[in-house]
Amino acid sequence: MTNGWTDVSNADVVLVMGGNPAENHPVGFRFVMEAKRLRKAKIVCVDPRFTRTAAVSDLYVPIRSGTDIAFLGGLIHYALSENKYQRKYVEQHTNASFLIAEGFDFSEGHFSGWKDGKYDKSTWQYELDAQGYAKVDPALEHPRCVFQLMKKHYSRYTPDVVANICGCTAEEFLKAAAMITIAAAEDKSGTVLYALGWTHHSFAVQLIHAAAMVQLLMGNIGMPGGGVNAQRGHANIQGSTDMGAWNMLPGYLKIPRANQTSLGEYLKANTPKPLRPNSLNYWGNTPKFMTSLLKAYYGPKATAANGYGYDWLPKVAEGADHSWGTFFDEMNAGKMEGLISFGMNPVANGPNTPKMIRALSKLKWLIVAENFETETAAFWRAQELAGKEYPQSVKAEEIATEVFLLPAACFAEKDGAFVNSSRWLQWKEAAVDPPGEARRDQEIIADLFLAVRALYEKEGGKAPEPVLNMQWNYAKPHAPTLREVAREVNGVDLETGKQLNGFGELKDDGSTSCGNWIYSGSWPEAGNQMARRGQVDPTGLGLYPEWAWSWPANRRILYNRASTDDQGKPWDQTRAPLRWNGKRWSGDTPDYKADASPESMASFIMLPEGVARLFAPDLVEGPFPEHYEPAESPVDNALHPNANANPMLKTYKSDMDAFGTAKDFPFVAITYRLTEHFHYWTKHTSSSSELQSNFFVEVPEELATEKGIVSGTKVRVSSARGDLEGPALVTKRLRTLKVSGRKVYQIGLPIHWGFVGKVHGPLINKLTPSAYDPNCGTPEYKGFLVNLEKLG
Amino acid sequence: MPKDSSRREFIKRSTKGAAVGGAVAATAPVAAAEGSPKLLKTAHTNQSTSICPYCAVGCSVVVHTLGDKSRNVKPAIVHIEGDPESPINRGTLCPKGASLEEFVQSDRRLTTVQYRAPGSRTWTRISWAEAVTKMARRIKDARDHGFETTDAQGRTVNRLDNIAMIGGCTDTNEINYLLSKFRFGLGLLSYENQSRL
Repeated sequence: MTNGWTDVSNADVVLVMGGNPAENHPVGFRFVMEAKRLRKAKIVCVDPRFTRTAAVSDLYVPIRSGTDIAFLGGLIHYALSENKYQRKYVEQHTNASFLIAEGFDFSEGHFSGWKDGKYDKSTWQYELDAQGYAKVDPALEHPRCVFQLMKKHYSRYTPDVVANICGCTAEEFLKAAAMITIAAAEDKSGTVLYALGWTHHSFAVQLIHAAAMVQLLMGNIGMPGGGVNAQRGHANIQGSTDMGAWNMLPGYLKIPRANQTSLGEYLKANTPKPLRPNSLNYWGNTPKFMTSLLKAYYGPKATAANGYGYDWLPKVAEGADHSWGTFFDEMNAGKMEGLISFGMNPVANGPNTPKMIRALSKLKWLIVAENFETETAAFWRAQELAGKEYPQSVKAEEIATEVFLLPAACFAEKDGAFVNSSRWLQWKEAAVDPPGEARRDQEIIADLFLAVRALYEKEGGKAPEPVLNMQWNYAKPHAPTLREVAREVNGVDLETGKQLNGFGELKDDGSTSCGNWIYSGSWPEAGNQMARRGQVDPTGLGLYPEWAWSWPANRRILYNRASTDDQGKPWDQTRAPLRWNGKRWSGDTPDYKADASPESMASFIMLPEGVARLFAPDLVEGPFPEHYEPAESPVDNALHPNANANPMLKTYKSDMDAFGTAKDFPFVAITYRLTEHFHYWTKHTSSSSELQSNFFVEVPEELATEKGIVSGTKVRVSSARGDLEGPALVTKRLRTLKVSGRKVYQIGLPIHWGFVGKVHGPLINKLTPSAYDPNCGTPEYKGFLVNLEKLG
Repeated sequence: MPKDSSRREFIKRSTKGAAVGGAVAATAPVAAAEGSPKLLKTAHTNQSTSICPYCAVGCSVVVHTLGDKSRNVKPAIVHIEGDPESPINRGTLCPKGASLEEFVQSDRRLTTVQYRAPGSRTWTRISWAEAVTKMARRIKDARDHGFETTDAQGRTVNRLDNIAMIGGCTDTNEINYLLSKFRFGLGLLSYENQSRL
């Protein structure tokens, strides 16, 4: 989240889209209800299903799964054509005025530069002056300025077009647009709450970009009660993201590529230059963040002479990809020897379950550290436990994979910090020891790492240096305390031995170490800030600056400098997170230099532009979000039938990667969680298993009538990947939609079951396709095609 | 269909719950009059603060344990409830969070190391020592086999792509950081967590 849960109550309008907080984040949802109660906020819920969030909204608009960009594009068009956007904010705080290179264009579903299935992005770039700065037109009138290009791009997204694609009516769309754009007033703000309903698409990143554009046009970014807010579905999914992924080092530093053969070359390629004279360009400090990370990793072995151990980090081949879909595809092809899983269950939560099961059976070995036996640990038992449901599964005797299932401690048996969706690092204490022989994960990781290291010390082997040189200097190396680790992550001044106060103290000369620069300040000399329990709220905005600690720098609202105009005057005097007194900013931790005058620099200090991006040249399928159909869709793309799905869609070609068409699979399927269950965990506990013991299929009333189905009728749902059976639940919640002149039905599939646990049921991902977002590799779990048959 | 837990168990529990609730309403004044109020089960507990491990709202919880102070007694969790001091949840929890005690104490928790040999139909219990020795050997062999020090152009790449690693979102920042050190020690590229799913 750019803002946070407690801040939602500051909103005047709440758009809930791609999420269902009333059921899936019930405690967080109370801030939505507070906004309604205290500020008379309007709640607009846009969702394929009439959820409990919809039930308490002021307006509910049904849409077809996967058409959110069309809806948001419609909002952009509405705001621009009806003059319902915050003009001064857009002028001062966005790249609306930036000029784009000659030749930029969009036609027939493709941006300029499309050739042979690839984009040449040279026309998506800013036009630069002799000093290398972007040219701008502050009047926003130049035909090649972002503002005019945006206006042109979204002129196609009229209310009728939106209605035709999304399946709502133009009237419903217009009501929503009128309600959402009240936030265009300087003294009004609106928030956007989303979750996996937005990220589970093959154009997910563009979808979030579209939401950010709406929020920038409304002047809502940086404002209390504003922002773009991902609710996030796991306790520390934010923290694990902050600590890296296949293409990231901790703190969102990019993974080195093979052509960056030295630290110098890495830094040259990854340290941005300011694109405007007044841009602070904070990522310009990348050399300090990176050098300090290398010092944390390699300690005294990292020296200026050896590029601080840069050689020991792995280098990804240019253009290569090692995301989820890719490495499971390689595993399925027999190219992987081992998989190590700490608390993850790919058989249940990866797309295309049969492919996941077969991929694991091609491994030599699998290591799983878990609280419970999961479907992943027990994948080789699929035939024994649920052979009928997994016809592709083979006998255990035929599976050569060696499996280690390690009993691990649960949350209450370990200390350490979780980062919630508000970016608050909250420290927890260990209440008890793990049961039986179960061990804390830090001990499991340490034992495994030190055992591998000992083998390299004893036997030598291939490239021992990265293993031997990784610093592991904990008081008890086999049992590091998480307090030690947290102090290492915060960072240390290596000359004085003192904890750093924040990332402002990091150096690029090897004199500081820091395991994750965005967490620097969480454990200074003053102690563990994440364990703080202070109740004060000086701004009165629900920011609670002394409760826990928020990254970065304990800032509670990201981009808060944009809550004031270019003179430092708050857009809304009653809701100002920051105030400028002529010398310093006060209130929230400023997202700005604390003593820099409002006129001295641009407001978005993390971006080389110095302003927010309406036009984002770094995304792979275009600088503006465009509506593409899901990989499987019941209709042709109404805007450009020849560019139906995302042109950069990521798919794989194994024999298990089948795709279906509307001829065989006429219905749109959506997947979702129920309030009584948490993901695939609570089928191991009694209450949740009892409250929601059975899988069911939500079938729209009209379709049920057509097929002679009543609640309880046994039905089969099938996709090109497989099928599953369960009782129907006939519902009014899924309205029949009219799309491109045709009736479209949507089928609802709750997740949560599997073949191990106190309750059993089908794994929904048997049906989902291996279709992935090209920017981030997220699978399309929502908006795929199925058929529905009556059995009972 | 419910497997380990039956409807009967559910009904029994609900009735018990209702009876207790009823008793509080109907007999509490009587008990008070008799001067023998029952102590809450949390009266003598030790309290630890923690965070709910489910969704990312980040509700604070108080974990009540008994038996912490006596010699040779392992503390046991007797109750988990919302922390009233948290500005996020102010003592409240959702249905999942309210049953956290069952999660920690579930009879399905793993308490021993389990090993499945190639082609075997069953799990076998092994010791941690044996498991660690075996796993380290597998990792080293795979790494020695698959590690690439230089690429076709002769550039130093020090990378490994025959082992993948997943997970982290269920655990703390510190564990994730240790996983990153483990990962880069091996030189492993294929690394993902739930944030991409």
